[in-house]
Amino acid sequence: MEILIDNLTIDFPTAQGVSQAVRGVSMKIGREKLGIVGESGSGKSLTARSILRLLPDNAIVRADRLSFDGIDVMAADEAAMRAIRGKRAGLIMQDPKFSLNPVMTAGAQIAEAVTAHTRAGRREARERAIDLLAQVQIRDPARVAASYPHELSGGMGQRVMIAMMLAPDPELLIADEPTSALDATVQAEILRLLDELVSSRGMALILISHDLPLVSHFCDRVAVMYAGRVVEELRASDLAQARHGYTRGLLDCMPTLSHARTRLNVMERDPDWLA
Amino acid sequence: MSTMISVENLGVRFGSLEAARGVSFAVEQGASFGIVGESGSGKSTVLRALSGLNPDWSGRMDIAGVALAPKRGRDFFRRVQMVFQDPYGSLHPRQTVDRALSEPLEVHGIADQEQRILQALAEVALPASVRFRYPHQLSGGQRQRVAVARALMSEPEVLLLDEPTSALDVSVQAEVLNLLMDLQERRHLTYVMVSHNLAVVAHLCAMVGVMQGGEMVETLSAADLRAGRASHPHTRELRALSLELEEP
Repeated sequence: MEILIDNLTIDFPTAQGVSQAVRGVSMKIGREKLGIVGESGSGKSLTARSILRLLPDNAIVRADRLSFDGIDVMAADEAAMRAIRGKRAGLIMQDPKFSLNPVMTAGAQIAEAVTAHTRAGRREARERAIDLLAQVQIRDPARVAASYPHELSGGMGQRVMIAMMLAPDPELLIADEPTSALDATVQAEILRLLDELVSSRGMALILISHDLPLVSHFCDRVAVMYAGRVVEELRASDLAQARHGYTRGLLDCMPTLSHARTRLNVMERDPDWLA
Repeated sequence: MSTMISVENLGVRFGSLEAARGVSFAVEQGASFGIVGESGSGKSTVLRALSGLNPDWSGRMDIAGVALAPKRGRDFFRRVQMVFQDPYGSLHPRQTVDRALSEPLEVHGIADQEQRILQALAEVALPASVRFRYPHQLSGGQRQRVAVARALMSEPEVLLLDEPTSALDVSVQAEVLNLLMDLQERRHLTYVMVSHNLAVVAHLCAMVGVMQGGEMVETLSAADLRAGRASHPHTRELRALSLELEEP
């Protein structure tokens, strides 16, 4: 499984003219953990979602090449895309409160994912659902399977989302700010869980976030996006050697527990970064 | 310095759940107190009881030496204001910035609206041009600045901050934290801030209370927290995690 993105641009028509959300992004993603970091509006989510062709209808997408394991995503028909979406590649979104169905139990939602993508019958799907909940380290999977989303905490809800995405044994997981709605402790637990699952199953992971130190902690490689472009790509372990002004700025403006500072550095945005 | 806020033996109960019990702390005038803890630890419950959003509590809470009743009068809301986590949710989507800022002035019968609105925008470093915009026309950071400006309209002495930067990008978070520090210095405001981010709390607040399971298990200075001079295991746990994730 290999994802190739070559010179991807995504435009949106607006009343003021065309807005360029992604401007010439190229990436090659194999079986690895890639972090995409950037602020709101940097194009990080659009770039990742373009792999699944999950973009708003009015998006104008162009690319020299956009392929998932040899399948041309730009040209594939809907049936071919459905064989990728949810089955070979799962998408975990930010807030389980909004991405889970509020009127279905957690178990039923996971079982639905199982029956949609495998030949399992209803009873088998229900058993698989409980097994998947156990795999995402839920202590009492049968109880959680019978619960509705509003009865679950945020961290628990996110585990349910992950279990659902694991159902068809995907080769790629895209996690779009999977922990931004969670507190620090749960955030770390969920990222560790993702890390373990991805390593033990040999999946690829694309982790999208605005928290650079956090992402580099869990990924092999980090791509930093700014205003629709990848401005810097580096190995997570080389974060301290980041060269681009934006990457340095991101690292500098965070308060840290280890060093007290009277004032935080504010990012000075260089107009050259937009070039 | 005199004590601005004192909370003694505060308890809040939701049905059979004791969301907060035996919580006590005091904040000097012009100082900042941070409350940290995991989701469900009761940190927001304490803030909401203090702010008057939850009238069902037991114990004693004083602001500037006056005991608070479950129902607060207008004077309380003039002196104590709150800034919420999500500026998308806390500003009315169909009201302009001008309307959001003039409402507290009308409620409290403060004259000189024109002048005060312009001054408030300048104080939170927003251009005067945003005055007649709607929230959706502003960035997240600008929206949170509007929320801070609105809280300042009644010239309060106390600001209650509920995760004021956790919905913002890190670069915007730095700007808002700097703004909060400047405002505190200029206006001698007293802050109580709730956050799950230890680094943010330690940056803004000299004293930190750690909550777990509805109890404030430890109160310590930010300097002690940074240096690892914590006595409660939960404080040490939170600190270790925060340090681990800071380092790439």
